[in-house]
Amino acid sequence: MKWTKIIPLTALIVLAFSTSAFGQCKAFAKKQCLPELGNYTHDGNYHAAVLVEGEEAELYKTFYSDMEYRVAIVGEDKLPAIEFSVMDANRNVLYSNKEHNYASTWDFRLEASQQLKLVIKVTKFNAADEMPANGCVSIMFGFKM
Amino acid sequence: MNRHSKVSTFFVLGLLLTAGLFVGCKGGKKAPVEKEDTAISFVLDHDAIMQDIEQAEKVFNALPSPVESAMLIKSAGAEYNEALLNPISNASSYVTNRAMALNLGVYTCDLSFSSMYEQTQLLIDYMNAAKKMADGLGILDAIAQEDIDRLEENINDSEVIMDIVSQTFMNSNSYLEENGQPATAAMVLLGGWIEGFYISTQLVNMDNFANDKLVGRIVDQKFSIDILLNLLADSRGNQAVDELIDQVNELKTVFDKVTVETSAPRPVYDEATQSTVIKSESKVNITKEVFNELTTTVSLIRNSFINP
Repeated sequence: MKWTKIIPLTALIVLAFSTSAFGQCKAFAKKQCLPELGNYTHDGNYHAAVLVEGEEAELYKTFYSDMEYRVAIVGEDKLPAIEFSVMDANRNVLYSNKEHNYASTWDFRLEASQQLKLVIKVTKFNAADEMPANGCVSIMFGFKM
Repeated sequence: MNRHSKVSTFFVLGLLLTAGLFVGCKGGKKAPVEKEDTAISFVLDHDAIMQDIEQAEKVFNALPSPVESAMLIKSAGAEYNEALLNPISNASSYVTNRAMALNLGVYTCDLSFSSMYEQTQLLIDYMNAAKKMADGLGILDAIAQEDIDRLEENINDSEVIMDIVSQTFMNSNSYLEENGQPATAAMVLLGGWIEGFYISTQLVNMDNFANDKLVGRIVDQKFSIDILLNLLADSRGNQAVDELIDQVNELKTVFDKVTVETSAPRPVYDEATQSTVIKSESKVNITKEVFNELTTTVSLIRNSFINP
């Protein structure tokens, strides 16, 4: 086989793998996370990433007074439980799903608009010798008027 | 092919396949190394990976989406005014990546605004304008013809319409995020945010300034200005984004003249609604002069977006 044939062929294979991995979280988010919003209107924003066991992510968002919100945070089945907490600007914890059996959704409303921080953490499987699991984690917001 | 060249070929293929898997996973920090893939991969340093994971941090900066912005305007009791929207006829003049990205956000906001106020024909026109921008950016299937057909079939069902609008917006920004175009994704979000902000400022009744709920919603955008700057900062170095950062900083300078004092939030679970109420109070201080300054600044920015 000549290099002139190998390189384009390899590039095609690499592209196919890359595209598949890129699209992986979008399909997961639409199929697994979106339904968790129930009768709340999805805001249309997309937040998803491949996270590894033990990895942490943060999300900053302004929430408005007198709106009813639902946040849904879902990880792929191959991941351990997804822990998330919601904090105010001074890092006071307003909610932690760890105290609610790692619930994937939380419904809330605010009396005063403010910016909140969500800390999302993929817990660990307690298998120190094995390669850590990885998979998509999706965060979605829904609201009601 | 001799033995040596066969080994080289498979070595290169294996190396590139492995590289492809990592590229597809958007960076080493989040490398999704499947257990079965380790056989064709190079030896992984477990301790180094664990250390990397401990240090890893992914940050999402979430702006209000066009759908949310339109809803905030309506919930504040504002009247609908078609004259405030970006004319659909402008769509054909957007040819650069920057102009199409910003106006995909602008048109999606106008589309959401039209949807909220049940402007049936207009929302189809704006869906088509948004589709033109998405197609121009090469976003595959962000807005498919079947979405427009479904929109027409459910033209009187506001819930279905909002569902379609939010889905098409998600299709656009997820495509851009997952195909390595975060700068374009950020510009789409900025365009939508600025349009919502612009429409809000134009709808305020200055004779009732102190009691207009829309003023409160506009002041609330102060909380998002740093989120917006952080979002854009992730693509610093991109010439279009650098210029946009300067424009947003002008807005921030005006917002710095607005003060908002919020008491410590206190969560209280409400059994009746099975949801949590975050109790707190806020005190806002904005003068008419500062408000007018905000209005002028956002108008200039918005006009630079729709008249590139």
